[in-house]
Amino acid sequence: MSRDQILEVDRLTMRFGGIVAVQDLSFAAERNKITALIGPNGAGKTTVFNCITGFYKPSGGAIRLSHDDGKVIALERLNDFRIAKQAKVARTFQNIRLFPGMTALENLMVAQHNALMRASGFTLLGLIGAPVYRGAEKRAIDLATDWLKRVNLLDRADDAAGNFAYGDQRRLEIARAMCTEPALLCLDEPAAGLNARESAALSELLLSIRNELGTSILLIEHDMSVVMEISDHIVVMDHGVKISEGSPREVRDDPKVIAAYLGTDEEEAVAVMESGS
Amino acid sequence: MKTPSINTAKTASGIPALLKTACVNALIALVLFSLMVGVRTEAGSDGQLTYWTRFGDVASLVAAVFGGSIVLELLKQWIGPTGAEKLVPPAVQSGMSFLGRYLAPALLIFTLLVPVIFYDQRYILDLAILVLTYVMLGWGLNVVVGLAGLLDLGYVAFYAVGAYSYALLATNFGWSFWICLPLAGVLAAFWGVLLGFPVLRLRGDYLAIVTLAFGEIIRLVIINWQDLTGGPNGVSSIPRPSFFGIPLDNSDNGLAARLGIEYSPTHRIVFLFYLILALALLTNWVTIRLRRLPIGRAWEALREDEVACRALGINTTTTKLTAFATGAMFGGFAGAFFATRQGFISPESFTFQESALVLAIVVLGGMGSQLGVALSALAMIGGFELFRSLESYRMLVFGMAMVLIMIWRPRGLIGHRAPTVYLTKAHAISSDLVKEGHG
Repeated sequence: MSRDQILEVDRLTMRFGGIVAVQDLSFAAERNKITALIGPNGAGKTTVFNCITGFYKPSGGAIRLSHDDGKVIALERLNDFRIAKQAKVARTFQNIRLFPGMTALENLMVAQHNALMRASGFTLLGLIGAPVYRGAEKRAIDLATDWLKRVNLLDRADDAAGNFAYGDQRRLEIARAMCTEPALLCLDEPAAGLNARESAALSELLLSIRNELGTSILLIEHDMSVVMEISDHIVVMDHGVKISEGSPREVRDDPKVIAAYLGTDEEEAVAVMESGS
Repeated sequence: MKTPSINTAKTASGIPALLKTACVNALIALVLFSLMVGVRTEAGSDGQLTYWTRFGDVASLVAAVFGGSIVLELLKQWIGPTGAEKLVPPAVQSGMSFLGRYLAPALLIFTLLVPVIFYDQRYILDLAILVLTYVMLGWGLNVVVGLAGLLDLGYVAFYAVGAYSYALLATNFGWSFWICLPLAGVLAAFWGVLLGFPVLRLRGDYLAIVTLAFGEIIRLVIINWQDLTGGPNGVSSIPRPSFFGIPLDNSDNGLAARLGIEYSPTHRIVFLFYLILALALLTNWVTIRLRRLPIGRAWEALREDEVACRALGINTTTTKLTAFATGAMFGGFAGAFFATRQGFISPESFTFQESALVLAIVVLGGMGSQLGVALSALAMIGGFELFRSLESYRMLVFGMAMVLIMIWRPRGLIGHRAPTVYLTKAHAISSDLVKEGHG
């Protein structure tokens, strides 16, 4: 595994009973880059995500994550919460999973749970109101405020997350994932249900996360305008296997990809492309 | 006046539908009552079965159901669709929130003054101690059910563990109340963790059933482990609490003698009152503190969405266990107090009915709301005493009151949630956004 790769998925297989959702999938995500995982519905993208973030135990294969300091962690061996805690992988969900009865600020505070737990002396120091904890809490609020500013929700910090509009909830969920200060951010269809302007704002946000903070991003997305604009590398899946990989331009012109999206076979797709050009 | 038109379209009312509903209800009543009321059986003089029929009574009951359901349907159509907004006008809502701000301090001051005001009324003091015990139990269970969203039907088990811990330690080793109190809490918390481990993977109904079983197991162990617990005979002559080592009796070194005042048995009652008040306030203070700490936020986040918690790196196992342990610890404190107040405990005090009562207090008060739980404990325990003159109808009145409260405020007396941290201003979060938890 080379130094500039943050994530390496090696011959990943996931079976559910007799159904093979992902078969022998291998790809790598580079550090400080945006890697997109695309494919038609049911291609197995979310299954790959759930394997990476520990919600599923893979049936076979290895998932390796390397940190800046060269430490390599085998993700397939860790429990879900340890992947977020120790391997520093954060994720969002296809169907938004905020804490609806808590305010936006509280959502971002919960994301900093592990750091705050240490600062609160596992509750004991916090209970007696030790200054160590107060300082840590203040810094946590500052970080949360900073992220609310970035996703443009600062004026709604004290409103319940469940009351937010759909697009705002999407952005808040990204902010919450970023508050865990991850090395790798996994986004499951962040642009789903957003209008054109919101999608453009999302692209900008993701680019700023990559450029300013150097966080690597892995995203599943159907909105091709977003994918093509921001991705450095694209992996295309269909029926659980990888069918193509490369830069946005390469993938766009790959007849296999077009065939998969159009639901036809390859020759037909080539014919369509040639007649079009 | 647009509601009636919508209403009639929706319910498709009219005489045929009305009669149909009434007939169905009457039929159900007929099936139920024909055996329950229609046939009366009794053991005869020689032990043989004798029975006689009362079809006239059945007929009148079925007729009453038939007529009653027609009246109910008509009433429904007349009132229109029931909605929460309609039942509680916004003016009343805002008035209540204003009241809520000053209610808690006012209640606290009144509670502090209860022994002064009612010094001569032993009955009221005893009742106040009982109410405060349930307030404390409610606040303890509130951590598990209200904050962490884990439905616990066996809370009485920890109450029992606390009571027996104090009773056995005090009678066997002669340890003082102030040493046994923390020990009772620690032991109850230990059992809370022990219960927590096997049920971590269970959710909702399954969790409720296992906790219910746990409560029964503890009670059955207490009944059957006769050598240790005395079985159904219980533990008697449990030492009364002392005022930090000074006994509250009429002996020469008792508190009254030392202060040079005349001894009165009320001194002990007043002392017990302030003791349980202090314990309850400690529970309240700790819970309020914990809510604002990462652990408390993790409890609430767990109630809102467990999957998201795991994705954020929160260890849901330890989070659930700490909730169980904290709730159990307060239950244990309350149990120790119960033992020292009664002077005698037996398994009969720790039946499922106690668990159900405490859970009802939490649910009626509004899950997660400290003030709500205190108010509902007052209403449930105090109200129950209030209706004593109604004798056997007391349960009926009580049940009706509960149904009414659940219709009027389905999320409890105080259903909204106060944020634990804010940037500019803390807005109360409406109860329909707050999740109840799923186990």
